Amino acid sequence: MIKRKVLLTDDETGFVETLSKRLEKRDFRLAAAFSGDEALRVLAENPWVDVVILDVKMPGMDGIETLSRIKLEFPLVEVIMLTGHATVETAIDGMKKGAFDYLMKPCDIDILTAKVDEATARKKAHEEKIVSAKAMAIANQRGD
Amino acid sequence: MKKTKPDTLSFIPFPSAHGEAIKPHDAYARLARRMVITSLFISLAPLLLVLAITLNRYDSTTREKIYNNLSAVVEHNRAEIDAFLKEKTSNLQSLILFSPPEVLQEPGVMESHLRRLRRVYGPVFEDIGLVSATTGILTSYAGPFRLGAADYSQAEWYLEFLQSNQTHAVSDVFLGLRGMPHFIIMVKAIDNNGKPWILRATIDFESFNTIVRNLRIGERGFVTILNRQGELQTRPLQDISPHTEVYQKLLNSPSGDALIFHQAKDKNGHNQIYVAGFLKNGEWMLISQQPESDAFSDLIRTRKMGIFLFMGCTLVIAFLATRFSRQLVHALQRKEAEKQMMNRQVIETGKLASIGELASGIAHEINNPVAIMVEEAGWIDDLLAEENPDQIKNMDEFRTSLNQIRTQGQRCKEITRKLLTFARKSESSNEALLINDMIREVLPLCEPRARYAQVSIETRLAPDLHRVMASRTEVQQVILNLANNAIDAMENEGGSLSFETVNHDDFLEILITDTGPGIPEANLKRIFDPFFTTKPVGKGTGLGLSICYGIIATMGGKLEVESMMGAGTTFRILLPAIREINVDEENSFHES
Repeated sequence: MIKRKVLLTDDETGFVETLSKRLEKRDFRLAAAFSGDEALRVLAENPWVDVVILDVKMPGMDGIETLSRIKLEFPLVEVIMLTGHATVETAIDGMKKGAFDYLMKPCDIDILTAKVDEATARKKAHEEKIVSAKAMAIANQRGD
Repeated sequence: MKKTKPDTLSFIPFPSAHGEAIKPHDAYARLARRMVITSLFISLAPLLLVLAITLNRYDSTTREKIYNNLSAVVEHNRAEIDAFLKEKTSNLQSLILFSPPEVLQEPGVMESHLRRLRRVYGPVFEDIGLVSATTGILTSYAGPFRLGAADYSQAEWYLEFLQSNQTHAVSDVFLGLRGMPHFIIMVKAIDNNGKPWILRATIDFESFNTIVRNLRIGERGFVTILNRQGELQTRPLQDISPHTEVYQKLLNSPSGDALIFHQAKDKNGHNQIYVAGFLKNGEWMLISQQPESDAFSDLIRTRKMGIFLFMGCTLVIAFLATRFSRQLVHALQRKEAEKQMMNRQVIETGKLASIGELASGIAHEINNPVAIMVEEAGWIDDLLAEENPDQIKNMDEFRTSLNQIRTQGQRCKEITRKLLTFARKSESSNEALLINDMIREVLPLCEPRARYAQVSIETRLAPDLHRVMASRTEVQQVILNLANNAIDAMENEGGSLSFETVNHDDFLEILITDTGPGIPEANLKRIFDPFFTTKPVGKGTGLGLSICYGIIATMGGKLEVESMMGAGTTFRILLPAIREINVDEENSFHES
């Protein structure tokens, strides 16, 4: 099974730390960020990230804005929004802007894992399509 | 005080009569009293003034009229009596002119003259006689008495008449020789021999008396004649004592033609009006007297009637003033209470709104720590899974505890979720909804639970129900919430749950009735308060009804509850209907 590669972004340090430990136990490869800016920077430094788990409500650049930037700079990376209830509408809004799904805090670890798997699968599928499309293009150039 | 139990089916409930006093009740009583007094004063003062002026004017004119009347009567009678006496005197004068004393001394002449006089003037002349002016001896006489040759030389009237230089006179009333009250008319005459004679005639006292006695004034007024000495010259209708001060005072007034007015109390203490005038050249006085109560009986009656009328008016005005004041104050009180009620509703809504803001804040702040706690518990769980269960003494306890933390975390999550629903501003879009459809959509959601709780569901939905402008999800939430509450209430014993819709003029009514155990009075007041719940800890958040109330309030409607212990509970939703025209316009707009 492919190792799940996840960037966890939340301004709540405690939450990020604990969830990181739990996810690492479940064989995740993890990076952590505590703000939108940091998430973008970490993404740039760590191109292995497949899925970003992103809290909607953060000081500074909020979840929705961060999402837009991620989708702009790293279109293939899947984003799962993490939200409290007040921001369900925001989360739905986020999905319209390209997020893969949303989860409510506090969330069950198994559900989270499942969602990450789905997101990873989709990303892989996209990547494969791109790869095969590229292969096709190269083949076409060769004129076979 | 929270919401009142509605006792009438009206959109804006009026406070019930026994409702709590909003202001001290005596403040209203004082106001009513002041209004009564003011209106009484305003209406009675002019009335009193008008009455007083009118009565006063009437009084003075009536008095004037009465005095005029009295003086006319006295004046007239005085002239009459004077004329009577003058006529009798001239009768005698003409008699002596045609039959000189020497003729009168002839036998039979006197008798024939008396007969003639009585025939012509009636029985006024009682007798006539010729008296010698030198000796005072009656020489010739005709009449019913046997006077013979009576000697009048010492008689008062004789002496007085001789001394006076008048040719004729009328005496006062006296008893004389015959021992009966009478008065006489005398005329001087001289015979052929130059001897002086006096022709005297007795006037029938009774017939003269009758003339005067017949002069009656009013019912109890009468006329008397007194001489200067205060002796009665007629027999008055009522006993009077002519020597009392009143008569003396009248008699002492200067003689003349002018009438004298006087008012005094008689011996019985009654006010009498006296009008007096001299007659017979100031020798006699005609006095008319009348009790004031008699003379002014009309005036007194009018005055009494006026006062009676005034009393009547006062009573009527007092009654009306009291009644209207009370009505007015009552209306005022009701308006005030209504206002208070409105204020309370505004406060209630404001309270809910601020609780909403607070709730959303709490929800956000609580959510993150709870999330972390749940994650930490999960982490411990993860770590425990790596340990050898046999080496850990309290492995089961750890697991139970961790599960508990997770469960309670879920509970927190549930609470914050509802809090946020409660706090959420109505951003959902409103549309013209048919409540009946909403109920039909919600019913399947409750049916499984209802079946489990042995609750039967009935619906009585009014056809052609007005539409309401509302959010679909919110209306469904309210109906579902109330239905779930009802089913919860009947969980143990089963029962029936009914949905009813009723059309009204400009609003509609939704009734959700259960046959559960009912809600105690004390709880009814707090039932819409946030966090008020009777469910066991962990089962309910106490926000459901609060949310419903908030939703209905924002829709411009009312949510009310009525409950009877042992009989069940009815939740009543009143929603403003939108005008049908709007719907039609909308439809036609869509169709076009």
